[in-house]
Amino acid sequence: MLSKADMCCPAVTEVFTTSRDGAATAFLLAQLASRRGPILWVQDRLSAQEGGLPYGRGIAGITGQDRPILRVAARTPAEALWAMEEGLECSALSAVIGEVWGSPKVLDFTATKRLALRSQRSKVPLWVLRSDAEPSLSVAPDRWRVASAPSTDNTLDARAPGEALWSAELFRSRTRRPGTWVASHDRASDRLHLVAPLRDGAVGEDADPHPAPRLRPLGRGAA
Amino acid sequence: MQTRTPRPACDPWDVAPPEYGPDTPLVLAAEGHHGPIIHAMTEAAAAMGATRGARVVDVRSLCPDLLALPADLAGDAAALGRMALWSRRWCPWSATDGADGLVLDTTGAAHLWGGEAAMLADMRDRLGDLGQEARLAIAPTHGAAWALARYGDPQEISHPDALRARLAALPVAALRLDAATLLTLRRLGLKRIGDLMLLPRATLDRRFGRDGKALMTPLRRLDQALGHLPEPVVSPAPPRRYRAVQRLAEPILDPQPSLPGLLRVLCNDLARDGQGLRALRLDLYHVDGQASVFEAVTARATRDPAHLFRLLERRFEGLDAGFGFDTLAVEATCVEPQTAAQTRLDGDDDADLATATLIDRLTSRMGPRAVQRSTPRPSHLPERAEIWRPTGDTPRANRLAPGGLGGGGLIAPPRERPIRLLQAPEPIEVLYAVPEGPPVRFKWRRRPYLIRRHQGPERLSPEWWHATSTARLRDYYKVEVSDGARYWLFREGIAGDGRGGDPDWFLHGLFA
Repeated sequence: MLSKADMCCPAVTEVFTTSRDGAATAFLLAQLASRRGPILWVQDRLSAQEGGLPYGRGIAGITGQDRPILRVAARTPAEALWAMEEGLECSALSAVIGEVWGSPKVLDFTATKRLALRSQRSKVPLWVLRSDAEPSLSVAPDRWRVASAPSTDNTLDARAPGEALWSAELFRSRTRRPGTWVASHDRASDRLHLVAPLRDGAVGEDADPHPAPRLRPLGRGAA
Repeated sequence: MQTRTPRPACDPWDVAPPEYGPDTPLVLAAEGHHGPIIHAMTEAAAAMGATRGARVVDVRSLCPDLLALPADLAGDAAALGRMALWSRRWCPWSATDGADGLVLDTTGAAHLWGGEAAMLADMRDRLGDLGQEARLAIAPTHGAAWALARYGDPQEISHPDALRARLAALPVAALRLDAATLLTLRRLGLKRIGDLMLLPRATLDRRFGRDGKALMTPLRRLDQALGHLPEPVVSPAPPRRYRAVQRLAEPILDPQPSLPGLLRVLCNDLARDGQGLRALRLDLYHVDGQASVFEAVTARATRDPAHLFRLLERRFEGLDAGFGFDTLAVEATCVEPQTAAQTRLDGDDDADLATATLIDRLTSRMGPRAVQRSTPRPSHLPERAEIWRPTGDTPRANRLAPGGLGGGGLIAPPRERPIRLLQAPEPIEVLYAVPEGPPVRFKWRRRPYLIRRHQGPERLSPEWWHATSTARLRDYYKVEVSDGARYWLFREGIAGDGRGGDPDWFLHGLFA
């Protein structure tokens, strides 16, 4: 389990995910839940097109009631980076979330360095949400890869999904050991729980954790 | 001088849908004690029997195809106030007179326009260009001009010698009396102003003016109209214009060094009057006679020169200086009151102010539609319940209670809502066991998904009050696919609802 103080230090954090998954959005919002002030949410055109727009009624289920969100609709990744820099100068914001789709050329080591310097100066945390991107050079001290994990059992309806779980992999970090966890957000106590994933199913040395699908013959002539 | 525009509110062609022509009987209705009453009407409606002050339902029985639109009384008053300022092109002293008139003191101004008749003709033409049909009159007193404009010829000039005889021929209603006094006069058989003039003054004084309305007695009004009692016109001061101009001895190519000083002058002017600006215009006059105009708007009233300079400096990137500029002018085109605010003791910036400043910086570079705020709306369809609107045109909406919290006096949907909503629902191919049942597999963006768990359906009906009759209901399912991702799918319609063929499936949102 990781305390909130560790995770909320003002810094640049990169979260890698696919645009078909809402887990990373929820994962970073869960870590902003305790901070006050509006959130600046910068989206470039492609990430809005691929991953959709943030939806306030769903976000309120994670962050609590009065979290105004200012959404900036940038046309290009360069414009999104400029808007993030401007936002990081405003210390009234509780966080800046920048969504950049893919791996554009402008988001290079220098760009992340500029963002990190401004973030340190104004003490506003920056979360860069990179969907469908390959990790490249960056100064971000923490880099996560987040995906959805099968949810818990629903006690009221066995067929329905239960509490959301996310598989969070800290694949590069300067402050702590990388690792893989299963994360869940506890709304009541406003904590993000990280537990080691359960390893079951594979018994014995030879058991393959990912068994290859067994081929089945097709057609009438097969035996 | 009196100008009277008989139907200022009845500019019906601005408000009416274009398919109604000038022959349509159209009235503007204001709220009365017993339902809407007619405030203004077109000539077609007047010919059908509509009169001012009549109830709309009464007139509708006379004229069944009467079209009634709500009157904008506050807007009319504001427009009339602007027109009073505009009318100072003819003389410097003007004011509004009642709800539908203007009074201009043209003493000493008529000769500049070539005489009174020429001035009236000019007024008629220019008001006609504005689309206003005006009744104009010039008279030695305010009261006489009021009477002639409403009860005299459409365009009349009265001379001091003939004033008494001209007024005597007008009805008593031309004396600006209230309805109760007019009723009394009618019962007494006094119909013309001439009838009143013949009566002894002591009689009139004894009969009227004992009920606390000493300012509106017939005797007093008559004296005012004839000029025996003074009646000054109070002309409102024009709104102050905030503008700072700097003329340079030598043309410059880069306006940025002189701009901070100019903005400081403007902001000092604003601060002296307790005003802040919402819109700013910078005019750069070139040596060769051209001008470059830059405009900037702010999210809230400000008079901070440094902030205004930052808004403008980004515009100079594509500026063509030509041979240089010799005059710079900044003007606050929209001001609003701004009280001085104390900064916090700990030295931090005010959070609201800092956010507004950020919005200004972002919009000045990325365009007015780039910075958006979520606006809740009264709807239960997910994409209509909450839309992203530019911060500039959102009045601070009361935020609805977000999902599941139930505060704010409004009932939020008890169901879980996705954390991201696609810009438009995307069609998916679905395999299902029964047509009305939950899906089993689906294919979204050319990738197949196997559904492990589902929750639903949550049925959302179309909004029949503004949807077409073929809009179909939606059955929403929250599903979890085999790798754990959770999606929000819906089936549009059900088989056999008579609103189209087989139902289509869509993916609408991503859950946490």
